[in-house]
Amino acid sequence: MPKVDLSVNLAGMSMKNPVCVASGTFGFGQEYSEFFDLSELGGICAKGLTLNPREGNPGPRIAETPMGILNSVGLQNPGVDAFIATELPYLRQFDVKVIANISGNTPEEYGIMCEKLAGAGVDMIEVNISCPNVKAGGLAYGTRPELAAEVTEVAKSHAGKVPVMVKLSPNVTDITEIARAVEGAGADALSLINTIRGMRIDVNTRRPILKMNTGGLSGPAVLPVAVRMVWEVAQCVKVPILGMGGIAKGEDAAQMMLAGATAVAVGTALFADPFTPIKVREGLCEIAARQGLSAVRELTGGVKPW
Amino acid sequence: MKVERKCKIVSKEQMGDAIYMTLECGDMVRTSCKGPGQFVHIKCGEGLLLRRPISVCSCQEDEPEDLLSIVFEVRGEGTEWLARRPVGHTLDVMGLLGNGFSVNPEGRYLLVGGGIGIPPMRGCAQYTQGRSTAILGGRSKEKIILKDCFEDECAKVLVATDDGSLGYHGFVDALVRQELSEDKHYDAVLACGPKPMLRNVAKVAEEFGVPCQVSMEERMGCGIGACLVCVCDMKDGSRKHVCKNGPIFDSKEVDWDA
Repeated sequence: MPKVDLSVNLAGMSMKNPVCVASGTFGFGQEYSEFFDLSELGGICAKGLTLNPREGNPGPRIAETPMGILNSVGLQNPGVDAFIATELPYLRQFDVKVIANISGNTPEEYGIMCEKLAGAGVDMIEVNISCPNVKAGGLAYGTRPELAAEVTEVAKSHAGKVPVMVKLSPNVTDITEIARAVEGAGADALSLINTIRGMRIDVNTRRPILKMNTGGLSGPAVLPVAVRMVWEVAQCVKVPILGMGGIAKGEDAAQMMLAGATAVAVGTALFADPFTPIKVREGLCEIAARQGLSAVRELTGGVKPW
Repeated sequence: MKVERKCKIVSKEQMGDAIYMTLECGDMVRTSCKGPGQFVHIKCGEGLLLRRPISVCSCQEDEPEDLLSIVFEVRGEGTEWLARRPVGHTLDVMGLLGNGFSVNPEGRYLLVGGGIGIPPMRGCAQYTQGRSTAILGGRSKEKIILKDCFEDECAKVLVATDDGSLGYHGFVDALVRQELSEDKHYDAVLACGPKPMLRNVAKVAEEFGVPCQVSMEERMGCGIGACLVCVCDMKDGSRKHVCKNGPIFDSKEVDWDA
């Protein structure tokens, strides 16, 4: 089979392959480095950071659902300074793009974090305006176009030359409205989708499984929603898209790219099989080769809608 | 270090409501054993997205492959799938994971197991070579499993049942109190079982000034410390993770009111 070029370019950030791991499912990489060389990945979206350390929500924080999981971690993290001091130097040992993911309570907090991270030399900043598991900020920014635009502008103005990618929430009526607002405010790329709000109840105790009652749904159950949203957004913005939501195999990633994603991220599927990102990369490569493509990036936006 | 392996089921036995299963696990024990109390994370079929964490009952280095035993009850889809696997089939197992009890092979411990928390204490019994005492508790006598093994591997075995069908009629913490007041030479209390039991046992140990380590349980995701879902609330206000910081915690550091 002819060799397929796997490299992609996401808003000026070149990756040797389009497979990343999604924020919140991969920690800061150390745990999964026991399974494979992190240099095999295109990029790592690191665990979501806040300005100050956070202990997150009380447990239980996870519930299994049909082909999915609900989580309500609530952004537990050591804070942006600890990331820069210990986690970033660790990740820099590997030949992989490091994408820092940030959440703030105010636009100012986003700005401070962007400045620190740009100074520390991350490859990209993913601005989370869509975490469903924190009360302040988070989701509110992600569901109102004017607030999403404001956060994006502040992030851009503090990130220097580091590209800014804004992570969109699916918990909206029209995701393209937010996407356009964020693009208009200067975002270099978009990532989608974050988790979809959901709930599971134990019928015997009549209690929700999650201590926070509701949480964010991820896993194969959300793949078709994610593919649809990537497709819709790709048609109305010019900036590149990192597509995520339920990817577990090469075919899923190919769907996401055909819908318009430049690169993809694997998340929940890691929990059942830590080698999923490698298998997704290989599967994607096989599909491209079988279709006679010389580069996997030729898939992007290639869907032929009826 | 290799964490995930295909492990062959070499024996399977019904034990009351529980299933006792032994696996051939390559060099897992040689390369990753940190002491009794660790767990394995088992993939249960293709349809389920989460592995099932199960404490190790006993494990040993062996030829050609190390051996590992787990004991579990059918609680839901995952464990039901696992219970149906025949001898000779292989399982996708991550392990050994977690920290394990901090024990000295020369030490003498009071081991406390409640219900399906009994099997994980067996490793401690074996590790301390007959010097420890075991207190086994359960709802009724059918729930007191592996009693013969503990009798072989401990200096003394006491039993408590909620309905009085075997041994002391009541909860294990009453026997812990009795044992600690009669015998001042235990290095520590080590316990595994439901959270209310652990809380009560920890309280008694603290009254007697004896160190106590507990094995905590929580709904788990990745099993290796990356996804941060299996939280254990600590007294200092921090939230640690059962899979990586535990499953064994110093009982004094746990926030029992959380």
